[in-house]
Amino acid sequence: MRRLLALILALLAAALPARAKDELVIGITQYPATLNPVIEAMLAKSYVLGMTLRPIVTYDADWKLVCMLCTELPTIENGLAEPIDLGDGRRGVRMTVTIRPDASWGDGTPVTTDDVLFAYEVGRHKMSGVTAQEVYRRVRKIEAKDAKTYTIELDKLTFEFAAQLFSPLPAHLERAAFAEPSQYRTRTKYDTDPTNPGLYNGPYRITEVSPGAHIALEPNPAWNGPKPAFRRIVVRTIENTAALEANLLSGGIDMIAGELGLSLDQALAFEKRHGDRFNIIYKPGLVYEHIDLNLDNPKLADRRVRQALLWGLDRKALVDQLFAGRQEVADTFVNPLDWIHTEDVAQYRYDPAKAKSLLDAAGWNVMRGGVRHNAAGERLSLELNTTAGNRSRELVQQVIQSQWRRLGIDVRIRNEPPRVLFGETVTKRKFEAAMFAWISAPEGVPRTTLHSGEIPSAENNWSGQNFTGFRNERVDALIDAIEIELDRDRRAALWKELQAIYAEELPVLPLYFRADSYVLPKWLKGVTPTGHQMPSTLWIETWRSE
Amino acid sequence: MTRFVLRRLAEALVVLALMSFVIYALMGLMPGDPIDLMISADPRLTSEDVARLKSLYGLDRPLLARYAAWAAAALSGDFGYSRLFAQPTLAALARPLGNTALLMGTSFVLALALAFPIGIAAARRPGSLADRAINLACFAGVSVPPFWLALLLMLLFAVTLGWLPASGVATVGDGSLADRARHLVLPMATLTIASLAGYTRFLRAALIEAMRQDYIRTARAKGNSERRVLLRHALRNALNPVVTVVALSFGSLFSGALITETMFAYPGMGKLIYDAVMGNDYNLALAGLLFATLVTLLSNLAADIAYAGLDPRISLA
Repeated sequence: MRRLLALILALLAAALPARAKDELVIGITQYPATLNPVIEAMLAKSYVLGMTLRPIVTYDADWKLVCMLCTELPTIENGLAEPIDLGDGRRGVRMTVTIRPDASWGDGTPVTTDDVLFAYEVGRHKMSGVTAQEVYRRVRKIEAKDAKTYTIELDKLTFEFAAQLFSPLPAHLERAAFAEPSQYRTRTKYDTDPTNPGLYNGPYRITEVSPGAHIALEPNPAWNGPKPAFRRIVVRTIENTAALEANLLSGGIDMIAGELGLSLDQALAFEKRHGDRFNIIYKPGLVYEHIDLNLDNPKLADRRVRQALLWGLDRKALVDQLFAGRQEVADTFVNPLDWIHTEDVAQYRYDPAKAKSLLDAAGWNVMRGGVRHNAAGERLSLELNTTAGNRSRELVQQVIQSQWRRLGIDVRIRNEPPRVLFGETVTKRKFEAAMFAWISAPEGVPRTTLHSGEIPSAENNWSGQNFTGFRNERVDALIDAIEIELDRDRRAALWKELQAIYAEELPVLPLYFRADSYVLPKWLKGVTPTGHQMPSTLWIETWRSE
Repeated sequence: MTRFVLRRLAEALVVLALMSFVIYALMGLMPGDPIDLMISADPRLTSEDVARLKSLYGLDRPLLARYAAWAAAALSGDFGYSRLFAQPTLAALARPLGNTALLMGTSFVLALALAFPIGIAAARRPGSLADRAINLACFAGVSVPPFWLALLLMLLFAVTLGWLPASGVATVGDGSLADRARHLVLPMATLTIASLAGYTRFLRAALIEAMRQDYIRTARAKGNSERRVLLRHALRNALNPVVTVVALSFGSLFSGALITETMFAYPGMGKLIYDAVMGNDYNLALAGLLFATLVTLLSNLAADIAYAGLDPRISLA
């Protein structure tokens, strides 16, 4: 059936109808549930809002923290940030931030400190429906010095303190919707009046919303930055990737976003057939594909078994065969593109003999019917879960199953729809081995995934992402230390130790870092994928047709 | 007749009430809730956030209490807020409902309009070349998976010939009647081909069965023309089972066609209900499914009334 589909799509290679190049139609596979920037985290929403809203700070394509809406990034060196003593040996930080003088909302109202203070008011309110409030809870004090400058105090001095600066909300429009905080999420103008120009301060503003289908954007007349090139941008949602390709070939869309488009194997197949007609960019990034192992499972609690699983997995061949070598094999959770990455960790190059000897040493040394057993007669079997319908992962899963079977491990595949896998199985730790991905920020501290205080349980409402149940005092201490270490060299040493322990202990089996595939028309220039969680649309004003 | 209709309407209300509970309970028993899904999507969520959000969305209350609150609000006309579409549930339903009614309605009418002449042509001489050709085409129509057919149609008419748009409801910035009609053609054709084949086969079988009856022989013996025998005597008697199938199909007019809607990125009820169920949007899923149930119940009632009109032996009491 796949071959037949490929044949059909191969035939979809007729001429593109001419389209005026002052309009750009982007295809993505998801529709945002809300357009409010602080309610629900969703990639489709970030993608669209990247064109319409400027954050105070962001990570750029070089993975550096930069100002977008502020005039200068607060640092201790430039005096805009200063440590403050909070007693008991705790240190906080006070930052002075100035909003760009030319920043204004689409209706001409200037972006002021009033908008930042209002965002704080919304963000910290328990009934506002704001999803993650940690960034607001960490604020000790926030004060406006004038219409454009404010000071903000955080209760913890961390190395990435400036990344905690949250974005403003248009107080002049949203305050009325917030009059009754518990109703804010249903009354926010981002959803009740999404085409109101005053909601946006970026190069574009939303001019048309067709729920589930498309969002149209036009240049924001109040934008004072570089003039955006397109008269109109339409973001269309086409969930089926075969239909997405057909639409690209028929001219229904101009490009497929890398953030929410084709998987790598689909893009590679597409490139073989139509690579001459499009620019296809493969951007390696921070999406970390891995297998979480449940360490409460007695079999997997033995480190030798976990190491054997990785020694017995030819990840290089897997990446080369399935993804044409375009994805980077992972040694730990740190991407080689990140400055904190070190190669000075245990490297698990494919060595099935070593894997077998480790399994023997762990007591799984009786082979019956091709499967290892221990002295108590227990079979070495493992259930491997992943998201049903994700073709790339299902392919990888089959390779893993075959390679581990050669070691004498009985691997049973049980895949579930994402809502079941993430809503129940993984979150409530009802798995043995689960394959999925994390996306993080550059130099992202893995507190939620590795710290022992982040193990989901009924007592903590199943929050935290340390699904493996990994407990390691030294790792906890390193995470705490990294967060507050401002000196780059000393922090690098801490990161190195953390990666070394991770590679030795293997609570998680690293697979590879995913690459996003951007399928762009040859006339489109200026698109710079970031490789991290910030969408390429944050620099939409640099996109142009040539 | 009036008593019959009133009784059936009362029964429909009971069924709807039961269905609302069953749907609510099934969704409640499904693994995970909206906040669990948020946890996996946003690593910044803390246990404090989770507790706060569950309370805000009412997910910390027992299922029965939540259902009772929903039912009380629904009885006063408040069907709640759709979390997935960030608007009141009824507003979220309105546009997909219109899209689906248009798509499924045109496809339904077209399929029926074509099925009658084709089915009659096939039934006139069973086993003839025309009958065999029609049968073959019908088998192909029934057997071809909709996603496959959709891709083929896209290939031919959107890409190769460039006559029609590949997906969507209308061109952004246009939306004229002609533009909407052009966007409707391919999804409508996909649905029509599958249902046309089914209706044709059904009508043909019912007609052939009717043509074997004694009263057809009598009609012929009385000197009626073959055309009159077929259309006046056989067709009318073959209609009862056809009405049943049509009535059942009518119910699906408002519940959408998931695969076709997904392939053509056509925002209709099928996709909406699927997304609502998978995304744990209780309010939207309930409203959508209950509406589809109501339409099915009403179309069954209409079918019962139609039986009485078509067959004098049937009386409604």
